[in-house]
Amino acid sequence: MWENEFTYAVYSKFLAEHKLMGTRCRRDGRIYFPPRPIAPETLCDDMEWVELAGQGKLVAFTIVYVGTSAMSAAGYSRQNPYCVGIVELVEGPKISAQILNVDVTRPEQIKIGMPLRVQFVERGEGEAKKTHVVFVPA
Amino acid sequence: MTNRKLGRGVAVVGAGMSRFGAFPDKTTRDLFVEAFRELCASMDKGLDPKEIEAIYIGNASSDLFEGQSHTAPLMTSWVGLAPRPATRVEDACASSGVALRQGILAIASGLYDIVLVGGIEKMTALPIEKVTDALTTAGDTLYEIPAGFTFPGYFAAMATAYMHRYDATPETLMRVGIKNHENGALNDKAQFGQRIADIMQARRASAAKKGLPVPDWKDEMEFLHDDRVNPLIAWPLRLFDCSPVSDGASAVLLVREDIARRFTDVPVYIIGSGQASDGGLSDRRDLTTLPVARLAAQQAYAMAGVQPTDIQVAEVHDCFTIAEIIATEDLGLFAPGHGGRAAQVGDTARTGSRPINPSGGLKAKGHPVGATGVAQVIEIWKQLRGSAGARQLPGDIRLGLTHNLGGSGQTCVVHIFERR
Repeated sequence: MWENEFTYAVYSKFLAEHKLMGTRCRRDGRIYFPPRPIAPETLCDDMEWVELAGQGKLVAFTIVYVGTSAMSAAGYSRQNPYCVGIVELVEGPKISAQILNVDVTRPEQIKIGMPLRVQFVERGEGEAKKTHVVFVPA
Repeated sequence: MTNRKLGRGVAVVGAGMSRFGAFPDKTTRDLFVEAFRELCASMDKGLDPKEIEAIYIGNASSDLFEGQSHTAPLMTSWVGLAPRPATRVEDACASSGVALRQGILAIASGLYDIVLVGGIEKMTALPIEKVTDALTTAGDTLYEIPAGFTFPGYFAAMATAYMHRYDATPETLMRVGIKNHENGALNDKAQFGQRIADIMQARRASAAKKGLPVPDWKDEMEFLHDDRVNPLIAWPLRLFDCSPVSDGASAVLLVREDIARRFTDVPVYIIGSGQASDGGLSDRRDLTTLPVARLAAQQAYAMAGVQPTDIQVAEVHDCFTIAEIIATEDLGLFAPGHGGRAAQVGDTARTGSRPINPSGGLKAKGHPVGATGVAQVIEIWKQLRGSAGARQLPGDIRLGLTHNLGGSGQTCVVHIFERR
């Protein structure tokens, strides 16, 4: 049963359906993102998939002017920088994601602690098409 | 935590490094030969290289940078030491710090008495976007890099968390860069052997020569705020907050403690060693500190039986200016939130109460990633032996520390050194 496989492939399959998934340790109920097959707190491997609400707050961010080649291919550059941040989810764990709908020319206006919600963005064509998790101001 | 001790003591008795910089005509082999030759020349009572029993080489990514993997046997062969066992150690930018630890463990175990530990990296052959991509492979390429994180991006995110929590600004970070350039100007191996003021003067002279308007920066801060000369890389980090892309190699000779005086009258003893690991950046509870650094430091202090206040000099992993601030706090040299201020008021300068990165650090000396950990050891070795030349710290320097980080803080290795 793929539901009992805690792999990146299964995570990606959920993501393609616009479901942001983590895993929950059945022993202590703690939720993990990235979805882990083994819980570091209990060293227990009795896990289950859990859908995350996709709500949280910004805890750190940056505006990237020199990006990876994947981000360049997506149209970002020194003239068109992007914001990437770390979002603390309401369930507890944190996630790295691009932050959209913020003014990248005024980083001082982007506030740590601001509430955010998830969106799903498709990038690439055909076989290379991939769903990305992004967050926007709630 | 159990206080672990080494089975046998270990000392550093020789050290050498290539210059750090961009060398289009040199491969890692050439650079490693340079480092090895300097190491041999550094041996106070000489060295018969045939006595070397094993080789550990730190190397992050020659695979991607040069299209060459399996580098340890090649380096070993190139300095004439095959068929001795050669092992490559890869822990991103902590590769040679961890290689050092492997060399120490090999001697402490009783297996070897004399071990060569090196570090190599050749990064400048690739265009910058490819270098960025190669470095990002040391991050979490499933869950973090696809979001858009780069290495400057990771540390910039830590900087925003730090600035939010504590009284720090981009100017606080810039002070670290200014200080490390001051130190690098006294290091003939440094990639940037110039103070920021010297760089400003050179830019003015160059503009005047070309008949262009001469920039009128009134001080270093104004220069560092100028987008034309110090562009943003990942806000709030600018070019001068980032260590450069570099080529270089480093090497040290480790021996069993009780034979150290056969090689020199001034051995430098390794009295503490610690190492820890972690997942990606977003896994961490607090983004203003690196748990790996705190844990590695605790282990090293406990093994050495010393306190942070005893440390007279430290070479820390300033891959970015914010990283030096966080490192000095994680090591217990300054209280949380005080590392930035320490740079600002001069405590971490060579003449300050707690000198940090007298070599110029990764920022000014250069950061050929796999060579960095051992290069840090070389600076401490020199400072403890009183042989650091123009940048020698004042006073009787007997206790020093190195802090070498890998990735966004997935690895940290800390060592403590003593001259008796």
